[in-house]
Amino acid sequence: MEIVSTELKDILKKVEKGERLSSDDGIRLFNSKDIFSIGYMANIIRERKNGNIAYFVTNAHINYSNICVNRCQFCAFSKEKDDPGAYSMTIEDILKKGRNFLEQDITEFHIVGGLHPDLPFNYYLEMMTSLKKEFPEIHIQAFTAVEISHLSKIAGLSIRDTLLKLKEAGLGSIPGGGAEVFSSRVRENLCKEKIGKDEWLEVMKSAHEVGIKSNATMLYGHIETVKERVEHLVALRELQDKTGGFQSFIPLAFHPKNTRLDNLSSTTGLDDLKTLAVSRIMLDNFPHIKAFWIMIGTKLAQVSLSFGIDDIDGTVMEEKITHSAGASTAEYISRNNLIRMIKEAGREPVERDTLYNKIKN
Amino acid sequence: MLTAILKKIENEKRLGFEDGVNLFKSKDLILLGRIADNIRQKLHPEKIVTFIVDRNINYTNICISRCHFCAFYRELGSPEAYLLSEEELYKKIEETLELGGTQILMQGGLHPDLGINFYEDMLKGIKNRFKIHIHAFSPPEIIHIAGISHLAIKETLKRLKDAGLGSIPGGGAEILVEDLRKKISPVKCTAEEWLQVMKEAHKIGLKSSATMMFGHIESYEDRVNHLLRIRKLQDETGGFIAFIPWTFQSANTKLGGEPVSGFDYLKTLAISRILLDNFRNIQASWVTQGPKVAQIALSFGANDLGSTMIEENVVRAAGACYRMSREEMESLVKDCGFTPVQRDTFYNAIKS
Repeated sequence: MEIVSTELKDILKKVEKGERLSSDDGIRLFNSKDIFSIGYMANIIRERKNGNIAYFVTNAHINYSNICVNRCQFCAFSKEKDDPGAYSMTIEDILKKGRNFLEQDITEFHIVGGLHPDLPFNYYLEMMTSLKKEFPEIHIQAFTAVEISHLSKIAGLSIRDTLLKLKEAGLGSIPGGGAEVFSSRVRENLCKEKIGKDEWLEVMKSAHEVGIKSNATMLYGHIETVKERVEHLVALRELQDKTGGFQSFIPLAFHPKNTRLDNLSSTTGLDDLKTLAVSRIMLDNFPHIKAFWIMIGTKLAQVSLSFGIDDIDGTVMEEKITHSAGASTAEYISRNNLIRMIKEAGREPVERDTLYNKIKN
Repeated sequence: MLTAILKKIENEKRLGFEDGVNLFKSKDLILLGRIADNIRQKLHPEKIVTFIVDRNINYTNICISRCHFCAFYRELGSPEAYLLSEEELYKKIEETLELGGTQILMQGGLHPDLGINFYEDMLKGIKNRFKIHIHAFSPPEIIHIAGISHLAIKETLKRLKDAGLGSIPGGGAEILVEDLRKKISPVKCTAEEWLQVMKEAHKIGLKSSATMMFGHIESYEDRVNHLLRIRKLQDETGGFIAFIPWTFQSANTKLGGEPVSGFDYLKTLAISRILLDNFRNIQASWVTQGPKVAQIALSFGANDLGSTMIEENVVRAAGACYRMSREEMESLVKDCGFTPVQRDTFYNAIKS
């Protein structure tokens, strides 16, 4: 029986031969509603790169501050300094939070926050050194490209030197946030204060050059077009050709609730699954594609393991940002449940560290 | 492993028990989905997805059955026990009609004191006041009403039909395997009795749906047995309108455990579509799966989204908290390339 429909056979041929897809191919895939054809192709690449493995990580999120000088339309988390509910954590608060997570044997702190107008560069360096001092074994994945760019201004240093200082202080890798959709049209409309495509990519390039690995993301399901999604993916693919420093790509489903875009609807299951699968097919040089269950739910994340996905992130203790935007998913999932989910989907669960080394239990 | 099965499907040969078990053992979700979708497209070449506007009315939560998977029932005398008054019932129906509803789905616990007169009065009372289809009383309720009123099943069904009953919901089937029922619902009717009620109902012209509640302690073999038993009865009577598989919801129940996954749900749905070659309609269960997986289910063999559920109490009691408006339902149907169509109980399109 033929899984892939006749209209997409030419793309299947390329996938089978390991040939790179064009932007037009990407647009055709996004415009198709044939989830089985797309899933089948994504799965070929997934199994070629990662076999039957599905990765997860035991991690905890720390959002050090919600005070942010940017006013992105799609964000329900940020506050002005004087708003009720605005907060920033002291270094001691952060350490205390870290201690709370220790019982769960976490291997990663995932730390992101708003662009705080006043906190000195030293605060960030001290955050790294103090965490490393108390928790030397735990990897710190922190500060999106947007934060790095902000910190470089506060520090009066080049991007490269900012990264080097943070790395020296204990920064292990960089999360992929703040990429949103690179299109300048979208950014002009939704997040005009935020750094643009070129600067985002420049931060990542510098990070990769100084030996800091990172992830990449795409926030989809708001005002972007299919063409803009594909352009975003192709830009990431080009940088990855040069540096090889991206580990995983994570499509992020937009959650409209409590944002200034709350007139938009949530993404559908079909769009979520398709976006994950098409990303797998287009990003032929990314080792991993991750489904973030916080955003699409555990059920769909599990299903996505058959549609190109080889990583379902992790235990994610205390996620705040998506939940500010009305996510109805839990704020935490246990390691045992992650393992069970993966096994039920016929995959082999592998607990990884941030850099995709297998954790020996 | 699936080559022989694929051949049978291509030649439109009926699948047997072994085939069913082998399908369940497969982890190839995309292949299973594709097969189910092909079958669905053959049965329903028109690009539509149907739904019904109705309300679940649970006339009482008092129940002597005490099933281990249930979070809804209360014992007689419990402070949370209730039996709806006529006024409450009529008000719910009025609201349903105002929202464009065409059906009420009435089910309740197995009340220890109420005989058939109560149910006849309830049906007649509704029919005298409202133009609405009554889809009510799953087989365990029918058997209970018959027992308490010292009547044969056939007689009970006839009297209820004469009083206004339009069709029967497929609930209470759980898994139609005797040993297993003894463990999860020892007091509830046997598998044989469930099938018998449906057979009698179909014979006197009461159509029904069929369900399967999976994801608790049953094996793949149990699931296949369940599907084949209802397929066999459908061969005899042709009285099943639709099949609705749904997943056990574990919160607040004695049985407990982890809820079944999205993967297993879609797989089971697809296999149901593949095995039940004499069922025209398969319903997706958004109440247990949420809107995202329910939408994907439309590619895995389902051609119907069930009800907008103006009210639902039983699944909610066990922790499911999904809600969906008619508008949301229509927009997610359109998003995957289908036209949403409101239907009546018998899957006829409603002209708006």
